[in-house]
Order: sequence, then C-alpha cells, then structure tokens
Amino acid sequence: MTIADELYNFSAMEQIDAAFFALSDPTRRAILARLATGEATVTELTAPFELTQPAISKHLKVLEQAGLIARRIDGTRRPCRLQPEGLDTVDQWLAMLRKTLESNYARLDTLLARMQAASPGTPSSTRAKKKRKTT
Amino acid sequence: MSTMTLTTEGDRYVLVTRRFEAPPELVYRAHTEPELMQQWMLGPEGWTMPVCIVEAKPGGRLRCEWTNGTEGFYLTGEYVELDPPRRTVHIERMHLPDPTPDNHVETRFEADGTGTILRMRMSLPDRATREAMLATGMEEGMAISYDRLESMLQSRAAS
Repeated sequence: MTIADELYNFSAMEQIDAAFFALSDPTRRAILARLATGEATVTELTAPFELTQPAISKHLKVLEQAGLIARRIDGTRRPCRLQPEGLDTVDQWLAMLRKTLESNYARLDTLLARMQAASPGTPSSTRAKKKRKTT
Repeated sequence: MSTMTLTTEGDRYVLVTRRFEAPPELVYRAHTEPELMQQWMLGPEGWTMPVCIVEAKPGGRLRCEWTNGTEGFYLTGEYVELDPPRRTVHIERMHLPDPTPDNHVETRFEADGTGTILRMRMSLPDRATREAMLATGMEEGMAISYDRLESMLQSRAAS
C-alpha cells in the first residue's frame, strides 16, 4: 500500500468518523430530524429541548463540522439547514470497491504465478530477455 | 505487490489500473474462464463463488453467485464485445435481491514488458445503489450501522 492510498483511506475514514460521531448523540439526531422539515434558527431549535441555547449551539457546531448541516446569514439570524450531501456515500463506496479489488487482485497475482508455472509454453523469463527495456 | 490506482472520471465513471506479472493472454483468461474467476473474484475473506456461468461471446450471459455461508447475492450480465486478449466490454448488475442499475464495464489488457497493465472503466453507481451495495455486508459493521442510522433519520423525519 502506498502513502497516497493510506492518505486517501485516512481522509475518507476521517470524514466517516466525524459523521458517525455527530450521529451518535440522540439530541443531534433529533435536531437533524427537525431540520429535515425545514430551516430553523438556534432559538427555534432550542424550544423543543430541555437544554440551554449554548448547549444546542455546541451540538450544531459538531453537526456543522461533520458536514451534516450548513448555516447561512440572514440579517441577524443564522438559520441552519440540512446538508444531505454530508451523508453522501461516494467515498465510502469507493473505499469498499478499493478494498474488494485489492483482495481480489492479490489473489489473482497468486493464481497467475501458478498458471505461469504450469504453462511453460509462455515462459516469462525468455520474454523478459527479448523484451527487456533499457531504462 | 503492484500498486492499484482507483480514480473517478467526473461523477459517472470509476477508473482502475493495476499491473500484473503475467502476459495479457493469462490475465484475460483469468477474467473470462469461470473455473479461474471462482478462484479470485471473491471480495473479503470468507466469501466464495459456488456458481459462475460465463458465455464468453457477444450477447453471451454472465452469472456469478457469492455466499459467505449465511448470506448471499448474485450478479447477472451480458457480454457486448470480446477481443482476446486485449479487451472485453460487458454490462452487469447486482441482485441484492433487487437488481441495481446496469453497470457498463470496459476492461483492457495491455502488454507491459513481461507483464500486463489492466485498465478497467466502470459506471459509478447512483446514491441509492451505493447505499444498497454498502448495506449487503460486504463492508461489514460500520457500513451497515451507518446505513441504519441514515434510514432511522429518514423515518424520524417522515414521522
């Protein structure tokens, strides 16, 4: 595995971890459920909960950092809205595909080595001598 | 071990490149002969492919069935073009058990010294398909709980 692969996997995992952490809390899930019905300000979001406004603000910050919600400025208001692309699955799906193909191709390497050993008609050693690059 | 590259082309295609230390003839065979495919196209540890039917001709059928002992899913497809040992084009879909939209796959086998460079171009599935595939348990644990969390959120939002 190369450093680029490691970094790719790490950034994809980090994004998924952040979303997971954000979704692990019942208050934050309830906030998301409320925002699914439309935009709301911190004040509006605080009303249904037995929590202070700073506590709700803290939850909103976690959701915002995980990319699950976005806030816009509207005069003195800062309404929040869902950002569904934060829950997108492209990176997760690509990570799964990468993992699947890497296991498959490692097995294929082994299979091809066995096939070559069993078919001396196309020996790679003679091909190598004839076609070896001078680089 | 050779390095694989996996990149996206726009939001519709995935490109995969991988070098193998064997001539194109053998790599091509490993992709089109069922008894060879059953030995490596398996995904994570613990999965096997007890059924593999390949009609390697234009319009020919393709069917692969995988199981991990308790769960399973299968894939069906049709070959569009075969140019041994250089190129194959086929269409495939997963049955989970509902069929996913068609995935168009072009695979090229290019001689590279004593080896082969494999280049595969496939469709990037849409979001619903990605979620369905992630939920099959191929990526166990996290993907499943992530999917459950999301559907839970959706059902809460709907109620």
